Amino acid sequence: MDTTAQPQYDNGVVKYLTVGAIVFLVIGTFFGTFAASQLAWPALNFDIAEITFARLRVMHTNTVIFAFGGMTLMATAFYTVQRTNGVKLWSNSMAWWTAILFTIGLLLTVVSISLGMTTGKEYHEQEWPLAIAIAVVWTMYTFNFVMTIAIRNKETHSHVYVSNWFFLGMMIAITYLYVVNGLAIPVSLFRSYSMFAGVQDAMIQWWWGHNAVGFFLTAGFLAIMYYFVPKQAQRPIYSYRLSVIHFWALMFGYVWLGAHHLQYTALPDWTGSLGAVISLAMIIPSWGGALNGMLTLSGAWDRLRTDYILRFLIISLAFYAMSTFEGPVMAAKTVNALSHYTDWTVGHVHSGALGWVAMVSIGALYHMVMKLWKTEMYSMQLINFHFWLATIGTVFYIVAMWVSGIMQGLMWRAYDEYGTLAYTFAESVAAMHPYYAMRAFGGLLFFSGAVVMLYNVVMTIRMANARASKPVEATA
Amino acid sequence: MSNHDDKPTNWQDGVERNIFALFLATALAVSIAGIVEIVPLFYLKSAVDYTEQTDKYGNAKNEKFPELVWERTFTEDAEGKIVSEKALYKFDKNGKPMMADWKAGDGVRPYTPLELAGRDLYLREGCYICHSQMIRPFRDERERYGHFSLATESMYDHPMQWGSKRTGPDLARLGGKYSDEWHVMHLLRPQDLVPESVMPAYPWLAERQVSEDFFGTERDMKKRLSVMRTLGVPYTDWEIENANKAIEGYTEMDAMVAYLQVLGTMVKLDDSKVYRQ
Repeated sequence: MDTTAQPQYDNGVVKYLTVGAIVFLVIGTFFGTFAASQLAWPALNFDIAEITFARLRVMHTNTVIFAFGGMTLMATAFYTVQRTNGVKLWSNSMAWWTAILFTIGLLLTVVSISLGMTTGKEYHEQEWPLAIAIAVVWTMYTFNFVMTIAIRNKETHSHVYVSNWFFLGMMIAITYLYVVNGLAIPVSLFRSYSMFAGVQDAMIQWWWGHNAVGFFLTAGFLAIMYYFVPKQAQRPIYSYRLSVIHFWALMFGYVWLGAHHLQYTALPDWTGSLGAVISLAMIIPSWGGALNGMLTLSGAWDRLRTDYILRFLIISLAFYAMSTFEGPVMAAKTVNALSHYTDWTVGHVHSGALGWVAMVSIGALYHMVMKLWKTEMYSMQLINFHFWLATIGTVFYIVAMWVSGIMQGLMWRAYDEYGTLAYTFAESVAAMHPYYAMRAFGGLLFFSGAVVMLYNVVMTIRMANARASKPVEATA
Repeated sequence: MSNHDDKPTNWQDGVERNIFALFLATALAVSIAGIVEIVPLFYLKSAVDYTEQTDKYGNAKNEKFPELVWERTFTEDAEGKIVSEKALYKFDKNGKPMMADWKAGDGVRPYTPLELAGRDLYLREGCYICHSQMIRPFRDERERYGHFSLATESMYDHPMQWGSKRTGPDLARLGGKYSDEWHVMHLLRPQDLVPESVMPAYPWLAERQVSEDFFGTERDMKKRLSVMRTLGVPYTDWEIENANKAIEGYTEMDAMVAYLQVLGTMVKLDDSKVYRQ
């Protein structure tokens, strides 16, 4: 796609975003591990308002989803859109503004949440000044991306490449849902009241909430998969036809799923059922994507033995396939009756977020570091070490949450022989302790992996820069 | 994708050649679900248990289940102020706010200024991260928490606090189950009362005045109530004008406890009625 007659690409902003994403990965997983430890050992709240569990948990979700995920999406979109269209960015300076303002916006979000400023809407906690700023930055990102494709080299790139479809879908859906869900009237600089109330607010909230997963964390990262898996495997995508079908099915279908978060609530029954039915149907496009990525490796499976970056990319697809099977199962009403409100949901989110999103991002980020700084990694062994820390950490995490989640669900509904509730709520809390400790340990492993990655990348960049400053040897 | 000639061979080939067409087609595909799932919730009466808001003042009534909403009639007086024949709150002779014409079980009503301030604190502390306010229609939840929740019960909640996780128990019908003193002790040191609890302590609530907001700014309840009225939560002009006075002298702890104690007490549900199919 890009090896011959290469124009000079805008790499500076991509370099900045790549390193930024890794830094936020370290910070975000630190918050997560700390919050997980507070649930196992509540004394860790230290009676400090700014780091009580609920605030730290929201700082964690915002850092990992929107700061780490968002910067990864920006880095990879700006990187791939140039290479799949044979042009530089439509506006390099606009890309820089997007990157810098996004960083500031997310840092302020984390600080403001720590101080207690929040809309009280899950996954949309930024108060109105920050929400407006982020919506504007996101629109700049989308506009620059679309315009770069519009000015593509049509001689060599007559068609828009598949990864760009997914990026585009993600950008459109996120802007639309984020803005609608965020509609509110300010009561002060730090607080606003949502336009919506009660049942309508709940539906709109989860319509956004589930698509922070469906578009931000799925469509966007499928775009990453569609560029980096074929690149790293040095093979073309397995099936073009499959990619067309699963793209349109995903764009149309994912938006319906929010209702499955509200089964058996005061939301009308038909809405929840609709959400559950379409959730079940979504197995097909989801697995279409996972298979398309995995089968790209047909005939090159041996490369998994030697290529550690490819390992991240491929295991991410395995986790993706697993969690997109688990999701529809949990959306089914009978399962949801047990799983809703429990740790099972938390485990499910993390099998997607750690196993799929973080792993595919990590693979893509390593790939970009080597290409952008035109160097080998400082240590391939450390990548392998990171791979095992991340994989084992994820497995510890999700196994702990499966056990605790199902156990909670069963304890809450258990009856004794006299027909009365068998357990008090407090007994179910006490029973969770070992699993909360195990989850914190899994998180610690994953966080350690992120630290290893940051170290490896920093050393790689230093090595590359040192080499670049000695021009005589640089020919090697 | 194999075709590199000038003419698109099919629809898909066409949108792949034109980014703006792809943009529009994608935007259309993602917008359908919202129209089907969300828009009906704004006009289907069954979505909110047949509770209706009947006029621009936000008067609410429910003909099918009259016990769900507190009915009062708003009118404009000679000066153009919005008044009602029933008052939400009043001040006693010492200037202390108290409930006026509403009593527990009279139906869903807007929050008093102190309760609303407490609700803001509930959001600030992120209580919804660990506590739901949405009881599902199961036998065990009924015995543990009470009658399942109805949409009308959160019709004035901007935003709703249904929650998604029960690290702690559901709070939808918490009001009146424990004394105020219990709540204060529990918020100060949860493990003193519930040894198994993993809830953090909130000692700062007792130390801060609720009238004070971030960075020493004033918590302007007048503004907050009037924004709520803009959003369809009915208050009289008098109730808005006196909102700041109604939280004077209270700590954040008082406000939080006032909010916790009203949860689920507004409606007295009739066990013999089928509120939701």
